[in-house]
Amino acid sequence: MSIKQTIRRYVLENFLFTDDESALKDDDSFLAGGIIDSTGVLEIMLFVEETFDIKVEDEEMLPENLDSIANLVAFVQRKQAVAA
Amino acid sequence: MCGISGIVALSARTRISESDVRRMLPALRHRGPDGSGIYLDDPSGRIGLGHTRLSIIDLEGGAQPMANEDQTVWISFNGEIFNYIELREVLLKAGHRFSTHSDTEVIVHAYEQYGDDFVQHLNGQFAIALWDASRQRLLLVRDRVGILPLFYTRQGERLLFASEIKALLPLLSEAPRISPAALDQIFTFWAPRSPHTLFEDIFEVPPGHLLVLENGHLRESVYWDWHFPEQGDYLAGSDAELTGQLYELLADATRIRLRADVPVGAYLSGGLDSSALVALIRRHSEAPLKTFSIGFEDKSLDESAFQQQLVEHLGVDHRRVFCHNRDIAEDFPATVFHAETAILRTAPTPMRRLSGLARASGYKVVLTGEGADEALGGYDLFKEAKIRQFWARNPRSEWRPLLLKALYPYLETAGAQAKTYLRNFYGIGLDHPEQPGFSHLTRWFTTAQCKVFFSPELTAALREDAATGLIDQLPPAFGRWHPFNRAQYLEAKTLLGGYLLCSQGDRMLMANSVEGRFPFLDHRVIEFANRLHSRLKMRALNEKFLLKRAMAAHLPREILERHKQPYRAPDIPAFFSARPPAYVDDLLSEEKLRRYGYFDAKKVGFLLNKARRGSTIAYKDNMALVGILSTQLCHDHFIERFSQTIHEMSETSL
Repeated sequence: MSIKQTIRRYVLENFLFTDDESALKDDDSFLAGGIIDSTGVLEIMLFVEETFDIKVEDEEMLPENLDSIANLVAFVQRKQAVAA
Repeated sequence: MCGISGIVALSARTRISESDVRRMLPALRHRGPDGSGIYLDDPSGRIGLGHTRLSIIDLEGGAQPMANEDQTVWISFNGEIFNYIELREVLLKAGHRFSTHSDTEVIVHAYEQYGDDFVQHLNGQFAIALWDASRQRLLLVRDRVGILPLFYTRQGERLLFASEIKALLPLLSEAPRISPAALDQIFTFWAPRSPHTLFEDIFEVPPGHLLVLENGHLRESVYWDWHFPEQGDYLAGSDAELTGQLYELLADATRIRLRADVPVGAYLSGGLDSSALVALIRRHSEAPLKTFSIGFEDKSLDESAFQQQLVEHLGVDHRRVFCHNRDIAEDFPATVFHAETAILRTAPTPMRRLSGLARASGYKVVLTGEGADEALGGYDLFKEAKIRQFWARNPRSEWRPLLLKALYPYLETAGAQAKTYLRNFYGIGLDHPEQPGFSHLTRWFTTAQCKVFFSPELTAALREDAATGLIDQLPPAFGRWHPFNRAQYLEAKTLLGGYLLCSQGDRMLMANSVEGRFPFLDHRVIEFANRLHSRLKMRALNEKFLLKRAMAAHLPREILERHKQPYRAPDIPAFFSARPPAYVDDLLSEEKLRRYGYFDAKKVGFLLNKARRGSTIAYKDNMALVGILSTQLCHDHFIERFSQTIHEMSETSL
């Protein structure tokens, strides 16, 4: 599975409780849509750290990095590129 | 306390049979294990009353149903009239003759003296069925805030009523149905909105209401409600004077609640309210006092250290029941059976253990601190609303929302992600802070997210949004009250009456035949508190300001100054930190979810996966899972196994 598929599936199943791909667009804001609350951010961080073997720094906790499927995928890819 | 029940004919040709009146009693035995009785209006056969008794006052003379001297007024009564001694004196002077020393008889004579206004003279907690044989009319009355329950339903040409829904079941021709609107309300406010219950066509007498059945017609009136100053006519006086008045009122409310012919204990959580209550009891009673509390294995929920501090400070004999996660999981079906409704938290379950501890220690009566947060302004939600009001005056402010950090210390406020979250979540309704539900929008919004698990069929059956329905029913004066008072009213009408006093209160106490008494809910205390300006309830962000002042000389500083900790029990961890009991897997199986039809089996499956992985930390996930499980349990107890449940209840000997 690609990074995007993995993240999409995780968010769909764990925050929207569905496998309906049409329930979420890649650039839908998690925060604005009420999809993710303060604890949800923590859940997502734990997930990407464990799944992609990266570490999210405090200063990286930005909507630009975390607030949509597209942002998350780009963020993970950047982190992996730096680590590689 | 006790259980009451009855049947009344709605048409002239209908007659009530004694066997039907008796069939309602076994389901109420836990409320009244010390005796039972019935009254059948003879020869008319128009009405039958039932009663199961927990004897607390006038152990010899208080049997019910009870009548006046010429047997024209009959009563079945659950509760306590704490001012019965004073009221008896007044009625004796007016020429009434008493044959017992019970508080029940005082009600009968008060009705003779004052008519339907008798209820205005009662200070207490009560559910009353009163039959006036000469006028052929039935009164059903509940206390002002809803401490004691009373349900009714129409069955053909008969009206059935009882302290608990389960006593109505044996006379229903078929199993009740769960109401989609009630589920919508529960998954918004945590409780059905009075007079609705979880079940279609079964209603409660709302708190502060009087129902009169006469000539086949049911007439409902409000005899009391929470109300607040509309034109700035707050109580006058210096802080010191009002502090003194509050103390005297609380002391008297406590003193009259110590009246009983059996020993009286108290719940002690370690928070301000129960600590204040225990301090008041110690100051105004000579008797040794026994107190009771709950301990949890999750240290973030456990308040033992504070409890111990109070025990030493006040010199009480304290007992504690420890509640393990697995205890909660195992006890949960019985909790739901007693609560008779879906609930979004497991918190009632340990309360049943607590009443079990009191009972096993030889106590039938406990004083407890509920109501202080509602009347005197203690809830975090009130603070949150105050901060959001303040923020709404300058919505662009970066700084104003950061005040929320003082309220929720765990809240992450650093960084752009957290700031965006703050703005999105707590900023809800900021453009219209005068809207009636403003104070509760965040809670209702979060809770209503659980509705994502509703099945398409259930969602399709919903006609009106629960919050809109509530707003439409608010009293006309609501909009003229101070925003702080509006929040208090909403809290009293949703969580207090609909959940705290019943699912988490009466039903968990009565499951073990224990009576709770609530000094902070004495209507004199509420009426006094309602006329206080909100700055005496919450000064800046210091909650229950006047109560703290009133108790300052009697409590340790650590208790007065501790950050308020809401009572909670473990929710999902109670079921999933180890292997859950078999009923959990069974009721949450795809087959049962589909067959019962309330929830989307696939979505619940994803939630279960998440719970099993141990990664459900969000409030809404916890509420959703407990709400789904308790709804399934209600269906299982009261619908799927309808006949069996009735049969099992009838096996209970009276």
